[in-house]
Amino acid sequence: MNDSRPMGAISAVREGQPFAISVRGLAKRFGDVKALDGIDLDVPRGMIFAILGPNGAGKTTLIRLLATLARPDDGSASVMGHDLISDPQAVRGAIALTGQFASLDEDLTGRENLIMLARLWGFSGRAAKARADELLLAFELSDAAKKQVKSYSGGMRRRLDIAASLIVTPGVLFLDEPTTGLDPKARQGVWKMIRALAQSGVTILLTTQYLEEADQLAARIAVIDRGRKIAEGTSRELKSAIGSGFLHVALADNERLDEGETILERVLDASVQRSAEGAQLSVVAGSPKAANEALAALIAAGIELSDFSMGSPSLDEVFFALTGQPMEEDTEGEAS
Amino acid sequence: MSSVDIGPAMLSNAARPPRPSALANALTFGWRAVLKFKHVPEQLFDLIMTPLMFTLLFTFVFGGALAGSTSDYLQFFLPGILVQTVVFNSVYSGMGLSTDLSKGLFERFRSLPIWSLSPFAGLMAGDVLRHTIAGLIILTVGLVLGYRPEAGLTGIVASFLLLIAIGFGTGWIFIVLGLLIRTPMTVMTIGFTFIFPLVFASNIMVRPETMPGWLEAFVVRNPVSHMTTALRGLMSGTATSGEVLLALLAPALLTILLSPVVLWLYRRS
Repeated sequence: MNDSRPMGAISAVREGQPFAISVRGLAKRFGDVKALDGIDLDVPRGMIFAILGPNGAGKTTLIRLLATLARPDDGSASVMGHDLISDPQAVRGAIALTGQFASLDEDLTGRENLIMLARLWGFSGRAAKARADELLLAFELSDAAKKQVKSYSGGMRRRLDIAASLIVTPGVLFLDEPTTGLDPKARQGVWKMIRALAQSGVTILLTTQYLEEADQLAARIAVIDRGRKIAEGTSRELKSAIGSGFLHVALADNERLDEGETILERVLDASVQRSAEGAQLSVVAGSPKAANEALAALIAAGIELSDFSMGSPSLDEVFFALTGQPMEEDTEGEAS
Repeated sequence: MSSVDIGPAMLSNAARPPRPSALANALTFGWRAVLKFKHVPEQLFDLIMTPLMFTLLFTFVFGGALAGSTSDYLQFFLPGILVQTVVFNSVYSGMGLSTDLSKGLFERFRSLPIWSLSPFAGLMAGDVLRHTIAGLIILTVGLVLGYRPEAGLTGIVASFLLLIAIGFGTGWIFIVLGLLIRTPMTVMTIGFTFIFPLVFASNIMVRPETMPGWLEAFVVRNPVSHMTTALRGLMSGTATSGEVLLALLAPALLTILLSPVVLWLYRRS
C-alpha cells in the first residue's frame, strides 16, 4: 500500500518538485534508545499528512529533526526542496512549527508576542503591528490582544500559537499534537483552521495520538511505532489492508470471555482485542464466511452471545492489527 | 470559536519582507526585554531588595564598628555593594533563559531563520537594562544617605560602564546554567552556590588586612575584589588603568571561555 499515489500530488508533480517533505532513512538515537530507526516519508505539497503513533513512538523526534531543532544521526531529508543537513537556514525560512506546548512568552500580551515574531521575520514596526492585528482578528483573539498570555485559556493559547506560525505563509506547517489537552469544542476549532490552511495550499504535517484526528483530517496517515514506520496510506487503505472487517462480539456471561477469546483466536487465526471495559471482543475476520464460522464455534461451545456485529475496523483496531498490541494513549514520556 | 473565519487574513498575501539583519534581530529581543520590565515591574523589587537591605544594615548596624563612623563606612561600602548587585542580578538572564527553554519558546526561536545568537544578545540587552536600573536606584539611595563620589558624574558614568562589563561577564555563567537546567529556581540556587563565596570573601564589606593570612591571600586574588577596587577608584577618581584592566580580566575570560560553550550547548541536541 506504500506505493499508492494520492490524487492531490498530481498538480504538484507538474511543478517538478512533487514533495513538500521527502525523508530517507532518517535515524536519531538518544543514548541507547533509537527514537527514530530509519524512516522514509514523502509528503505531497498541499496535503494534510498525519503521523500517528502512541507516546514514545518517535513522532516528536521526527518533527524536531524536520524543523531543524535536532540533527539526525543518519539519513537525509529535504523540506520544500531545501536539504535539511546542508541548508538548515533555508529550511527554517520555509517552515513553521507549532510544538506540543504553546511556545509563547507568557509575560507579554498576545499582540506583543505576534509583533515580536513579525519583527524577527523582518517586518518593520508598523507592518509588524498590522500583521499582528490581522492575525488576532482572524483567530478571534482581538478582545484578548492586550492581555498577558498567562491569562489565556488553553484554547486561546493554542490559537495564538498557530497564529504565531502564520506570520509569513509557511510552505510546511508542523503541528505537534495540535489538539492535545483541548476540550472538544476547541479541538473542532483547531481542526477547522487546519483544513482551511491546507485548502490555501499549506502543506501540513501533524502528529497525533488521536486516531479520530488522523481519520478526520489527514489525506494520508503514516503509523509509527518504536521509531519505525509500520504502515502508510489513506485511512481507507489502512483499514482495508487489515481485512474486510472486524467482528465484534459481546457475551451474555462475561465469566466466559477467556474461553470465547481462545475459540475466536483458534477459528480465525488472529489475535483478539478486548474493549477497554473488557466486555467486548474484537477480531479481524477475513470474510463474512469466516466470521460466521467463528460465531458458530462460540455457540457450539455453549457460549451465549448478547450481541455481535461486523464493521470496518477503527484506526485503533488497525493499530492493534499492525503491532499486535493496543494503542497506548497514556504511557509517559515522548522521547524528544 | 465555531465561527473562526479563516480567509486570506489568516494567511498573508503580502510579499515576505526581506530577511532582517543580525542587529535587527538582536534589537527585537532587546525590545522584548524592555517589555518584560513593563509587564513584570515586581522584578524591580527582586533586583534591589537585597542590596538595599545590605546597604542599610551594613551602614547603620556595622558601619560604625567597622570604619569608625557610618558615613566613612558608606563611602567605603557603596561601590562594593554596586558590584554585588550586578553580580547577583546577572542570575536573571539565566533564569529567563531556563524559563524560555522549559516553555518551548526557544524551540520556536531556533526554528526561525534568524541570527542564531540573537536570543542571547537579547538576554544581554535585558541585563544591561537591569544592571543600569538597579545600579541607579542603589546609587541614589547612597547619595541620599550621604555617599559622595569624588570623581562626580564622570566617575559615575565610568563606574556604570565597568559594572555593565562585569554583569556581561558573570551573565555567561548563568546562561550556561540556564541552558543546562530546565528549572529556573535551580539555576538560581546552583548559581549562588558559586557566587556567594566570591562575593563575601572579597573586599566589598571589609578590608582584607584584618583577615587570617590564608583568607587574605584568597581575598586579594578574588576577581570580585579587583572589581570592587577598580570601582572605588573610578568613583573617587583615583583608579589606575592597571586596576581597571585587572577588574576586566575575569569578565573577559568568562566571555572568551563560556561563549563557545553556550554556542555548543545551543546547537547540540
